Amino acid sequence: MGEEKPSLKEVQNSCGPKMTLWWFYLLAACVKVLVFPSYRSTDFEVHRNWLALTHSLPLSQWYFDETSPWTLDYPPFFAYFERFLSIFAHLVDPKIVHLQEGLNYSSNTVIYFQRATVILSDLCLLFGVYRMTKNLDSRRQKLIWSLVIWSPMLFIVDHMHFQYNGFLIGILLISLSYLEEGRDVLGGLVFAVLLCFKHLFAVAAPVYFIYLLKHYCWGGMLKGFSRLLIMGAVVTAVFAAAFGPFIYLGQIDQIARRMFPFGRGLCHAYWAPNFWVFYIIFDKGLAFMLRKLGFRIPTPKASFTAGLVGNSSPFSVLPQVTPSVTFTLVLLALSPCLIKAWKRPQQQMITRWIAYAYTCGFLFGWHVHEKASLHFVIPLAFVAGKTMDDAKHYFLLSIVSCFSLFPLLFESQEYPIKVTLLLLYSILMWSGFSSQFYDDAEASRAPAVQAKKRVGLRRVFSIGWVEKCYLIGLVVVEIWGQFLHPLILGDKLPFLPLMLISVYCALGIMYSWIWQLKSIVKAP
Amino acid sequence: MVKAKRVVTEKLVADDGVDNCWWWLVQKGTAAVFITVAVFAILVRVAVSLHPYSGAGDPPKFGDYEAQRHWMEITLNLPIREWYRNSTTNDLKYWGLDYPPLTAYQSFIHGLFLRFFHPDSVSLFTSRGHESYLGKLLMRWTVLSSDALIFFPAVLYFIIVYYKQPSKIHKSDIGWHTAMLLLNPCLVLIDHGHFQYNCISLGLTTGAVAAILTGEDLFACVLYCLALNHKQMSAYFAPAFFSHLLGKCLRRKYPLLEVSKLGLVVLGTFAAVWWPYLYSMESILEIILSSNSKTTQVLSRLAPFERGIYEDYVANFWCASSILIKWKRLFSTQSLKILSFTATILTCLPSMAQQIKSPSNRGFLYGLLNSSISFYLFSFQVHEKSILLPLLPASLLAVEEPFLFSWFMQFAMLSMFPLICRDGLILAYLASFALFILLFNAPGRRGIKECNYYFTPRIMRLTLCFCSFILHIVYLVLRPPEKYPFLFEALIMNLCFSQFVLITLCTNFRQWVLDKPVKLEQIEKKLI
Repeated sequence: MGEEKPSLKEVQNSCGPKMTLWWFYLLAACVKVLVFPSYRSTDFEVHRNWLALTHSLPLSQWYFDETSPWTLDYPPFFAYFERFLSIFAHLVDPKIVHLQEGLNYSSNTVIYFQRATVILSDLCLLFGVYRMTKNLDSRRQKLIWSLVIWSPMLFIVDHMHFQYNGFLIGILLISLSYLEEGRDVLGGLVFAVLLCFKHLFAVAAPVYFIYLLKHYCWGGMLKGFSRLLIMGAVVTAVFAAAFGPFIYLGQIDQIARRMFPFGRGLCHAYWAPNFWVFYIIFDKGLAFMLRKLGFRIPTPKASFTAGLVGNSSPFSVLPQVTPSVTFTLVLLALSPCLIKAWKRPQQQMITRWIAYAYTCGFLFGWHVHEKASLHFVIPLAFVAGKTMDDAKHYFLLSIVSCFSLFPLLFESQEYPIKVTLLLLYSILMWSGFSSQFYDDAEASRAPAVQAKKRVGLRRVFSIGWVEKCYLIGLVVVEIWGQFLHPLILGDKLPFLPLMLISVYCALGIMYSWIWQLKSIVKAP
Repeated sequence: MVKAKRVVTEKLVADDGVDNCWWWLVQKGTAAVFITVAVFAILVRVAVSLHPYSGAGDPPKFGDYEAQRHWMEITLNLPIREWYRNSTTNDLKYWGLDYPPLTAYQSFIHGLFLRFFHPDSVSLFTSRGHESYLGKLLMRWTVLSSDALIFFPAVLYFIIVYYKQPSKIHKSDIGWHTAMLLLNPCLVLIDHGHFQYNCISLGLTTGAVAAILTGEDLFACVLYCLALNHKQMSAYFAPAFFSHLLGKCLRRKYPLLEVSKLGLVVLGTFAAVWWPYLYSMESILEIILSSNSKTTQVLSRLAPFERGIYEDYVANFWCASSILIKWKRLFSTQSLKILSFTATILTCLPSMAQQIKSPSNRGFLYGLLNSSISFYLFSFQVHEKSILLPLLPASLLAVEEPFLFSWFMQFAMLSMFPLICRDGLILAYLASFALFILLFNAPGRRGIKECNYYFTPRIMRLTLCFCSFILHIVYLVLRPPEKYPFLFEALIMNLCFSQFVLITLCTNFRQWVLDKPVKLEQIEKKLI
């Protein structure tokens, strides 16, 4: 069998890349279907309510309805998307889209329907992935496909916790793929569409703005100006399509209030692993030290997770953090990337820059959700196969950020699922990167020295000892939180395990940020 | 060793074209492939275990889940001699233990685990029909751990042994073959959805098969006896083990000595397992009776029709032909027992004879398939879940007979569909079935060779696939006419039965053809 030439049948059976991509998607879809009965967060009810709301109410009422506490707080395109889905929801089971009776509806029909919509909307991600990898060689293609389509983070957030991130990131990828191809208008258009789906993606807007301005519009007075007009017109058209009806109805204030609830606190209920975690911890530590030294430090009444109540600061010693401070910090962190983009707007760098922008937003933003780490981990998967350093960085980052999502699924039923998901992904990454760089090294080496160096080549993908220790620490943190903490401390300090995960993962994300910054600044 | 492995992996890399998307798994060698597939298999198992189990929220008898939990309760709270004895504390009519002692020991160990974390779920009397989030979780974990501790290592053992054989098998099939073995949707659904511990007895059997392939016959005997002592259904494989070992012994220098050695090992294993019951004949009889009378009294009161030669609707000879011949009315239970026994032995005989005549490793695998499928088709009181037993050797042979294997799997799944519907596992069924089809047709795998198609023309195959698809839909959507409430079940079972018969004929033929290598080469040449 081994020596035979492939017969006609075999040639037919070796399917094309498109079929393989579908295979990847369908395989993931099967597992996604299997986890239908798993835990779902309140986001599930949020989206169900939006289905009901957009189905039963006229457009003018969408952003005013308060039947359920889960009011509509996404931009209009997402509302239209929900309206579109609600047509089918109505056909499947009218109770899903009933505004009052459907509240907290949890029959199988609604679960199956909503979960199925997430799987189907992932087709957008599939298209984005296809566009991004169209011109790569077969092996790298498959590596990236498995990194993105089988991403455990998407599994956890979208298909268990329940959200539509795969769909939205798909739109981002489509936009990036246009930019990489040099079709800037389309890229800008798709990004504008994305912003009208979910405004949180706006963090990357400065990079887009600078890049498009320099790469597309710059050069020649007349040509530049006309191109600026084209781009402006396209983006305005998209925004008009989204917000037009509401501007006509005079509801734009209400929408803005819904979309930007600055009444919320600096941190989410579970602290996202970002810079502010250190700030808070430092503040606590400082207050503790000063109290020991005899200073009288009052305990703050406000909390980080609640909104700003009057002028009371949640910090004991360090200065108060306001939304404008976080905004400035994000811009400041972004500036090296912006300067680079202005100096040399390169197509092949755009994915890195966008990912970096989302990393900055994640690290320094106001009321960041841990889920937002998806916004930069997924785009980074596309650069992961390029060089060994990228691969090492991605290996660490994806494990850390997936681990930081673990608290989302806190029930014991899903515990083995999230662990096996991460484990499987790590093994896939490990063997994928190993063979990727094994082959690369093999190809670049002359045949004469091959025999001698072969032994060394085998372990060509390896991470440094610092990284190794860090990853082992991750396991220790998890074991502490799951087993040792309840055994040793019992019910005391219940917040400690979560806090540990936040702090520990924040270290990894900070490292990733510095690494990305370095690679962007160093790049020619 | 390491060097050999490297040579193998390098050969693999060289062998497979650029288009093989598993190059990166294969490149790292068997261990990496196995670990990846095993972790994925665990993921699928955990995901399936989120779904309902048999008899969930269905008092007063519940289902297999309650049976297993009840056994844990009994074994944990009663002295070992009382386990199989009807008494005021152990009502055998309520899910009395009806498997051999190894199942009881396993229940005891799992019971200890449950009692440690959740004592309420296994307390005597009060826990009957116990259902809770934690209870379900712990029970699921007991299955998962037995699977990971017994079935997975057994499969690894088999894979290592199988791919060491000097044959024409392509090494890059390792990952695919492991996936076929570990992600057998029937096994996953029954064990982790419906709730049973087939993984233990099947794992022990797989281990025994692997041991036989390496020539460690005594070890194989021990493993197989353990499998028998976990579920008496493992006897489906007995003719194959018996004939293969006998055939081997006859070829040695002192046949009688070899046979007696094996016999002693078998007796020893049995004695060890049955040790606590060996104090009196009566207690042994109790176990044998309870294992035999699995359903006669208890379940007949529950089901509207009398159970006897088959249970529910199962795709075997007796059930399929009962449309024409009312076996239950024509014959007494006793004569039916004799009849079915004779039929089973008669259909086993050809494959046994082949193995005694010329025992070989490949022939042994075919023999396992042939004997177990004969048992499934003709033996007394077959359950639809028993299809798992012939499926095991079919999946062991997956690389040699890919088409046959997928065909068998397809109809095995269909034959379990009514059961799955009753358990509320339709979603898991569809997903795991789709998963199987996807994995079976994994990209980059060498195409299924044409010669495997020889026994059915293409049109026929498509029609049959379409039929099975329609039957799925019909069974789900339509209500059967009042007059024939089991019309659809009967249709499904007859379709499956016809296919199983074809498969039996085919595999029997293949086993006999193994003897004549010249003839086989001729067939291959013709096809190329």
